[in-house]
Amino acid sequence: MSATFIGMPGNFPQNAAKAVQNSQLRYNLRKATHTIRGKRANVVNELPDWQELRAAGKAIKDDTLRHLDRYLVQMEEAVTRAGGHVHWARDADEANRIVTRLVQATGESEVVKVKSMATQEIGLNEALAAQGITAYETDLAELIVQLGDDFPSHILVPAIHRNRAEIREIFLDKMRPVPADLTDEPRALAEAARLHLRERFLKSKVAVSGANFMIAETGTLVVLESEGNGRMCLTLPETLISVVGIEKLLPSWRDLEVFMQLLPRSSTGERMNPYTSMWTGSTEGQDFHLVLLDNGRTNVLADEVGRQALRCIRCSACLNVCPVYERAGGHAYGSVYPGPIGAILTPQLRGMSSELDASLPYASSLCGACYEVCPVAIDIPEVLVDLRAKVHHAPAERAGMRVAGWILNDEVRLSKAQRLASRFRKVVPKRLPGPLSAWTDTRDLPEIPEESFRDWWERNERA
Amino acid sequence: MSARDEILARVRRAVEGAPEVAIPRGYRTTVRVADLVGLFAERVDDYRAVVHVLPSAEVPGKIAELVAGRRMVVPDGLPPEWQVPGGVAGGTVAELDGADGVVTGCAVAIAETGTIVLDAGPGQGRRAQTLVPDYHLCVVRADQIVAGVPEAVARLDPVRPLTWISGPSATSDIELNRVEGVHGPRTLEVIIST
Repeated sequence: MSATFIGMPGNFPQNAAKAVQNSQLRYNLRKATHTIRGKRANVVNELPDWQELRAAGKAIKDDTLRHLDRYLVQMEEAVTRAGGHVHWARDADEANRIVTRLVQATGESEVVKVKSMATQEIGLNEALAAQGITAYETDLAELIVQLGDDFPSHILVPAIHRNRAEIREIFLDKMRPVPADLTDEPRALAEAARLHLRERFLKSKVAVSGANFMIAETGTLVVLESEGNGRMCLTLPETLISVVGIEKLLPSWRDLEVFMQLLPRSSTGERMNPYTSMWTGSTEGQDFHLVLLDNGRTNVLADEVGRQALRCIRCSACLNVCPVYERAGGHAYGSVYPGPIGAILTPQLRGMSSELDASLPYASSLCGACYEVCPVAIDIPEVLVDLRAKVHHAPAERAGMRVAGWILNDEVRLSKAQRLASRFRKVVPKRLPGPLSAWTDTRDLPEIPEESFRDWWERNERA
Repeated sequence: MSARDEILARVRRAVEGAPEVAIPRGYRTTVRVADLVGLFAERVDDYRAVVHVLPSAEVPGKIAELVAGRRMVVPDGLPPEWQVPGGVAGGTVAELDGADGVVTGCAVAIAETGTIVLDAGPGQGRRAQTLVPDYHLCVVRADQIVAGVPEAVARLDPVRPLTWISGPSATSDIELNRVEGVHGPRTLEVIIST
């Protein structure tokens, strides 16, 4: 059982410095991110109206957030009317308690799970285990992570950091039953997972899922997947419990015409993912429970700049184009949400009191590739810069910035400072001393010119 | 205060005074496609599903040929001309697990994405019936094919359980290589009846 990320030590630069030493990891990540980047670009370029879809997606999500209270109540009414039960959870503990109680009420001690970011975020598997309930991940990548007692490192492909040879080792070591002659062919590995989970699917009584979308107007839940493990979990068990973040709503049924185009193409780089399930309330006699999860989302919503992070549909396109993610990998972010979106979502959901969370807004070169590919146009660099301003800064840094501000704000002070610097340019060291060394540890101090441009201009204009 | 009331109150506080949002829908809601059947067939084939395009009169013969020797699940309401001899009802999971395949119709098909949508209507069966057997034979009538996603969404009824199927089950979890055939049917065969 993989441990939870919460309380992970270190900070992003330390974690990243360690990760980039791992050449296997860098090779795996580079190969994977470049493959999926190319696939995404192909299917996005196929649509002449991609930018219009993107604009609509952004606006639909903004409208959802603007009237989230109304849409949540509408969703609750629609699900209840369709025979489902709705529960509300302020935080991770409350959500875990609700799910545990619901599972206990069925008398079962095992549940099958569909890959879900929300249940990872709240550490549901660990909470269930503490009450004697075993949660079995059924997505192939999640299974690899769970069997390997590992952390997920990507939103869509949690085992992206593992190559086929490593996966084979994990299966041989931990999977039962396992074919003795297992090769590292992806087809053989997928077949092994099929055999391993088949019996469990057919006899499981309780399943836990998340959802990609909830439609307020109709009470419909939507799950996109590839393998069919999702359909197995959503369809066969007698009881289905879905834990969904409150921001996953869409106002109307029609809105799916936008998101069923945006998500698959951005995410797996396919025109459409193999399977999508949509259901409303209690379906085909199933007992259905919806757990609406806040867990910090309303704090994010209260921030005028940061709230756009709640538009995220977890496609992971931003991870796949990020030069920092490609080198550092997902684990360095110390959160179930890695990459650029994680760098703005995690510090907002958890707050910036830990060293790790306060370092995340700096896990970026602000190149803007993430913004360009985001299907709901989240301006990630804008939020990163805003969060950087909110992070606690050391007194020396704050004092330095205040002095810089005082000088740069005034023309006379600036030219005096420039002349002073020019006069002493020979004696300025390459590395700054004391607390200022934090600046020059990672950058060269710029060469100070003999004369400022303004002075040069003045002199030449007169001549 | 209940969790519900507290969350709703927090939401209201958070968005107080935020501006209203207008939704621009400048994207294509209808797409002109000259050859719907051809495009749909091509896109389904891209997913490595098997596709046949046949005049409706030849469909029963093709079904009989494809299912010969297979124990097929036959859902309620399948048109009589698509019936297969010795069909299994497939009422229980064990029965479905013992079957070799299932033959169904569909509710809508989308040409641009090569997608078939089932809505559990007549001839489509409960969701488990098209999931547990390893082989899915789906008959799509040409008049059920729409060009793009918006037209399909408009035709569908969200109250019904919906399953969107684009090719056989697959995974890209190992080095992002697409491999067909994991937990859902490993073979999807589509007959387009014109």
